[in-house]
Amino acid sequence: MAAIDDIRSVFPALSRKVYGKNLVYFDNAATVQRPQPVIDCWNRMAVDSNANIHRAVHRLAEEATEAYESARDTVKNFINAASREEIVFTSGATASVNLVAFSFGEAFIGEGDEVIVTEAEHHSDIVPWQMLCLRKGAALKVLPVDDSGHLKVEELKSLISPRTKIMAVTHISNVLGLVNPVKEIVAECHARGVAVLVDGAQGIVHQNVDVQDMDCDFYVFSGHKMFAATGTGVLYGKKKWLDRMPPFMTGGEMVGTVKYTGTTFAPLPMKFEAGTQNFAGAATLTPAVQTAVSFRSQELMENEDAVKAYLLDKLLNDSRIHLYGVPSCLDEKIPLFSFSVTGAHHEDLALIMDKMGIALRSGQMCAEPLMDRFGVTGMLRASLVAYNTMEEAEYFIASLDKAIKMLI
Amino acid sequence: MEKQTKSLQETESDVVDEFSMFDEWLDKYEYLIELGKSLTDYPEEKKTDERLINGCQSRVWLDYKIDGGRIFFNADSDAIITKGIISLLIRIYSGRTPEEILSSDFSVVDKIGLKENLSPTRANGLVSMIARIREIAAENR
Repeated sequence: MAAIDDIRSVFPALSRKVYGKNLVYFDNAATVQRPQPVIDCWNRMAVDSNANIHRAVHRLAEEATEAYESARDTVKNFINAASREEIVFTSGATASVNLVAFSFGEAFIGEGDEVIVTEAEHHSDIVPWQMLCLRKGAALKVLPVDDSGHLKVEELKSLISPRTKIMAVTHISNVLGLVNPVKEIVAECHARGVAVLVDGAQGIVHQNVDVQDMDCDFYVFSGHKMFAATGTGVLYGKKKWLDRMPPFMTGGEMVGTVKYTGTTFAPLPMKFEAGTQNFAGAATLTPAVQTAVSFRSQELMENEDAVKAYLLDKLLNDSRIHLYGVPSCLDEKIPLFSFSVTGAHHEDLALIMDKMGIALRSGQMCAEPLMDRFGVTGMLRASLVAYNTMEEAEYFIASLDKAIKMLI
Repeated sequence: MEKQTKSLQETESDVVDEFSMFDEWLDKYEYLIELGKSLTDYPEEKKTDERLINGCQSRVWLDYKIDGGRIFFNADSDAIITKGIISLLIRIYSGRTPEEILSSDFSVVDKIGLKENLSPTRANGLVSMIARIREIAAENR
């Protein structure tokens, strides 16, 4: 297939070998490989345009600032935010959640209030809320998932109380790979005066995100999972909230005036961008978004759907394998498959398949409560994006079978 | 509890020799899986939290007793390759005096080409198990 060969050739890592075998990279949900334009941008920022942004008047600083601020515009357009003030750069999705948990918490959460998370959340979307609740004497409530991995959305109505202030929900769980009905959840929450943060770490990679259509109050994601440099991240927040939230970290360019008697803060979004920003990293969000958009071409999507359908069929119909996150239709699932094998430990399988050239994730996947929910100590996960091929999927299935037979 | 007839270093070099016969990782892993499956004498009731060495990947339980100035280790894991490596560690370190254990440089896993199993990034119980063996030896010197 021409389109997929073309796209693969843009990712240098995809042509490397491990242990003498062609690399099959199925750990994209942890970090995706970087395309050449992102690598070039990163290099250019180091070689040509390395200067601190926003401060100086010289040429290099102007170039660096331009690269940084135009990345903000790119992201704004990519997720259809209402204004560029609503795009805050952070070091990643985790930092974005921490920012909101702290600053929203300071402004709006008091003793006896309630925060809702779901059972499908990544630790990064649980622990900051837990800490907030500890600080404020608030309560953490959990919306459960059913055996197939779907959120029990019907229970949300009774979970929300007059004391509920905010709900955090993942767009797509990094374990289950199911697209959650976030728009419906947002509507339900808003009807009861509850703000919603959507963890888009996986969602931004696989879905067209329109934050105004979704109407969420906050949407967070990491750069490195969507082709950009590591240490980059985005917090989208509605202006009405960001305006009323105090800064998270202070110092650097986020101030208005500083006197010993008091400090005023810079306007949005800089109010939330304390210290020297990762401007070289943030600049790579521009080519990263372009890559993400190119991955949604019809030809690549058709290939991805075919690979997804193949893997779903193979994993669901193997009696040795238990798949977590079983969709009711194909569109509801991204090509992310977490499973366990009766009688074979996930670590053993991952070690053996690593030697076969296949990069998988094994363990608790930063979602211990979800592991407990399904009664396992860990899982094995294969996560794909549109650059992965049917040949790789077939090799994975054959290798998995071989590995299982070695162990059982 | 088996008495050791060879020195720690001799047993270590036996293990290294055995592994040098394998050219292929597949053979190595198959041997470890076999060793892992044959390690069966760890009692279920000793799989307690105090004996658990937790990792993100696999769980390792380590138990020991001291008899006649020698430390006898027993261990188990829920992952079979880790268990195979555990069986090698027991063969080398169990039934030794604390001084003998502390005289080891603990590089055998590296020497048999399984270093990746011990990389701290793996966050598995094995790294902690080796640290714990060393700790137990130091405490009982």
